[in-house]
Parts: sequence; C-alpha cells; structure tokens
Amino acid sequence: MPPSSTVPLPRWVLAGAVAGALFLLLPLAAVTAEVNWAEFIPLVTSDASLAALSLSLRTAAASTLLCILLGVPLALVLARTRFPGKRLVRSLVLLPLVLPPVVGGIALLYTFGRQGLLGGTLDLLGIQVAFSTTAVILAQTFVALPFLVLTLEGALRTAGTRYEAVAATLGARPWTVLRRVTVPLVLPGLASGAVLSFARCLGEFGATLAFAGSLQGVTRTLPLEIYLQREADADAAVALSLVLVVVAVAVVGLSYRSAPGRSASTRSAAGRSAPAGAAG
Amino acid sequence: MSRCRFGTVITASLVVGVLAGCSNTAAQQRESGQLTVFAAASLSAPFTRLAEDFEAANPGTAVRLNVAGSADLAAQILAGAPVDVFASADEANMAKVVDGGLTAGEPRDIATNTLTIAVPKGNPAGITGFADLAGAGVQVVVCAVQVPCGAAAAELEEAAGLRLSPVSEETSVTGVLGKVASGEADAGLVYVTDVLAAGESVQEVPFPEAQQAVNRYPLVQLAGPADADLAAAFVRFIRGAEGQAALEEAGFGAP
Repeated sequence: MPPSSTVPLPRWVLAGAVAGALFLLLPLAAVTAEVNWAEFIPLVTSDASLAALSLSLRTAAASTLLCILLGVPLALVLARTRFPGKRLVRSLVLLPLVLPPVVGGIALLYTFGRQGLLGGTLDLLGIQVAFSTTAVILAQTFVALPFLVLTLEGALRTAGTRYEAVAATLGARPWTVLRRVTVPLVLPGLASGAVLSFARCLGEFGATLAFAGSLQGVTRTLPLEIYLQREADADAAVALSLVLVVVAVAVVGLSYRSAPGRSASTRSAAGRSAPAGAAG
Repeated sequence: MSRCRFGTVITASLVVGVLAGCSNTAAQQRESGQLTVFAAASLSAPFTRLAEDFEAANPGTAVRLNVAGSADLAAQILAGAPVDVFASADEANMAKVVDGGLTAGEPRDIATNTLTIAVPKGNPAGITGFADLAGAGVQVVVCAVQVPCGAAAAELEEAAGLRLSPVSEETSVTGVLGKVASGEADAGLVYVTDVLAAGESVQEVPFPEAQQAVNRYPLVQLAGPADADLAAAFVRFIRGAEGQAALEEAGFGAP
C-alpha cells in the first residue's frame, strides 16, 4: 500500500534523499556540460552514429518483444503456481540482474556460440548466431528478461486472484480467465516491465561486447559505439552519451506519464482484492 | 523511534568511518616511497613482475601499477590522476600526455610489438598466411581502427594491398583474442605478446608482412606526486638490462 503522506518523515531522510538525488544527477549534468555544442549535430549525425542509434532502437524493440513472449508465461508460472523448488527457480531466473553482463555474454557464447552447447544444432538448422544482429538481440534479452518477469510477477501478486476465482466459478476456461481477466488487470505492470526491459536493452554493453562482437550496422550498438569513440574522439563519445541519456529519459518519462491514470486503477484493484486475500 | 535513532547512529558512524578511511589512505599516499605507474594493458605481465623486482631491490618502496588501454590511461592522466610513470602502447596516446605538459623528461621507446595471426586450437579454417584472411567464408576478427592494434592492422592491409572484411572490429586486443580462443572466429589479428600470454587456447600463424607495421611502446617520467629520484630510478630500471630482459621474455621486440 502507498504510505499516507500526512505523517512527516524524519529530517535526516530528506537530507539523505537530496544527497542521493545529487549523486545521481551530478554526473549527468557533468556530461551535459562537456558537450561540444558547436560540433554536436555533425557528431551525432555521422554515418557511424546513426547506424549505431538505429541498430540500438531496432534490437531493443525486438528484444523487448522477445522478453514479453518469454517473460509473461514465466511471471505467470512464478506468481500463480506452486511447485517444489520454486524459490530456487525464481532466484536463478533473476540471476542476470546481479550477474555482471560480461559474464552473461560469456555464458551465451558457450551456449549459442559456434563451439557452444547448441552451436552444432543451430548449425544444422542453418542458423549463424556468431557476429550477427541475432546475437545482439539474444544478449539484450538475456539481461533484460528478469526486469519484465520481476515487474509483472509483482503486479500479478498485487492484483491477487480474486477476480480470476470469480471468473472461474462463473465457468470461464483458463484461457478465457487469462485473456479477459488476468492480463487486462496487470496490463500497467506489463507495460512498465516492457519499458524497463527496453531501457535495459538500450544500455546493454558487456554481454553484447563479449558475445556478439562489434561491427558497424550489424552488432555495434550505441553503447559500443560510445565505448569505441572514447578511444579516439572524446567529443563524439560525450555527444553520443547525451543522445543515449535523452533517449533513456524519453522512454522512462513516457512510461511514467502514462502511469498515474493506469496505476490508480491497479491500486484500486489491489485495494479491493487485499481484504479478500486477508479473508481467504 | 528508538529504532530510527539507532539507524541514524549506525549510518553516521558508517559515514564517519568511511571518511576517516579516505583521509587515512590519502595521508599514506603522500608519504614518499609510493610510486604510481600507469602501463598499457599489453605490458601487464612483464610490468607486474618488474614492479615486484623493483620493490625487492629498493626496500621501503611500493609500486602501484594500474594497467588499462592506453587511451583510458592518457585520459585519466590528463584529467589529473596522480601518476609518476606512464608506459603507452602507441605514440599517439603518449603524444597527448606530452602535449598536456605533464611530463618530467623525454619519452623513450622501451619495446616494440608486431601483429600476428591467432587461430583457434587446431586451426579449423586452415589459415597459413595473411592472404588467407581475405578468403571467402573465413571469419576474421580485428581491432577497430580507433585503437592501436586496429591502426596497426589497417597499416598492414595497406602495405599488403589486401582488404579484409572482418566480422567484428573489437575495441581491444583482448576482445579479438577472446573471440578466437572460444572458436567463434576462424582467425584474428593480435600482438605477438598476446599469443604468448594466451598459452594453449590459441595458436599462432606467423606471416612476414607483419614487420611492415611495428608498434612502439614509449615510456616517460611524469611530474607526479612521488619523489622524482624514485621515479627516475624506476624509469632507468625498465630501460636497463633487467627491464629489457623481462620485456623480451614476454615476446616484445627491442625498441
């Protein structure tokens, strides 16, 4: 439940909050201050920059779709079923959240790589993952999937099972319950999970570098381009960093703007379901 | 409420503790006998050994070695990092530091390095020379032209009149080596020293054209926080017989 705003917070909390916000915002301000504005437009519209930006947006969109396809069933199973070892499964599924992305990249290499676990099988199917855009999408999906699962599982738990139970007693089949009750109820959670995943995909660096390589227009996403430009042209790296920050802020801002109306409905739904949960 | 206060006390003491820790280490750094050396990533193995040897030969001194890509190191030095000695893997990044007016002496080359072809164990694509890298279906990985190993690779292509179409242009030589060692790529252009350091995981296919692109490693004394005589002694040590022997053992060429 959201805390009531009438009880004042201790003053030191406020001081800590200001320090925390400054800690996060100062580096962003510093990067913005470093931008060479005279050269900004040519720097961010160079062939390499545009190729990287376009690749990043395309792969992040594809990866987010993949996250939804894989993450929704996973979140449903984690939130709505009981089976032995579920806690272990959940911790393992969320592992990429805490794993250094480069470790994820190495793990993917030994799974989907030419010499990897599935390499021979993929080869037989005529699928070349190594050094392809597919590899970038796999890397991004690997690191972003837990964000979607975590967000959606939380939304499913908050929404409760009351309406699903009612629908089932009225004779709805599982597929109908899922389609007509569960998914509409958690749609805001699914949306914010998808936005979070998209943002995480945009920022993906380590796993992509270790697993997919770096070639303009094929595997060199914006973070990889920034990392490379930093070697030779600091101005270009700073300008592209700002572009990535702006895109990220736009994505997050977009999701938060749509949040109030939607989350109010989740909250009221949650509010209604809570007593039922307590009673049951 | 008492829980809150307890929390405050813990937080406050943590903050004080951290700050105290910071000031302690800062004070220790100012004492003489501490030498900070920034060295290119490819120098990691020989410089780690040489730093230990220097400490052993000069009791009371401590060498703090920071290894990373030369561009990163140069950027950190220009941003004011307190450094006494800088060894770069190329002349361009050394020039940045020299132009920044931060040196306390002339840079001098301590070693050279040449490119070589690294292939996975067993050489599955049957690479025998530089020309094979342009063959159809051969997955070649090189460094991007923005980093020293990529600049050297581009120079080689130019000299040999051969255009490679790599499947990846990595941001570091370790990236190339990783792709080859894991078998993802059929071949990669890396430094001779990298193949030596990688041991069993990759094989080398030497090629004569490599001599047409020689990478130079300059080393310079900086106007750092340490005693200038100590820094000068370290520079002499690296340029001297012992330093040169260690570099040669790691596969570097004579300057």
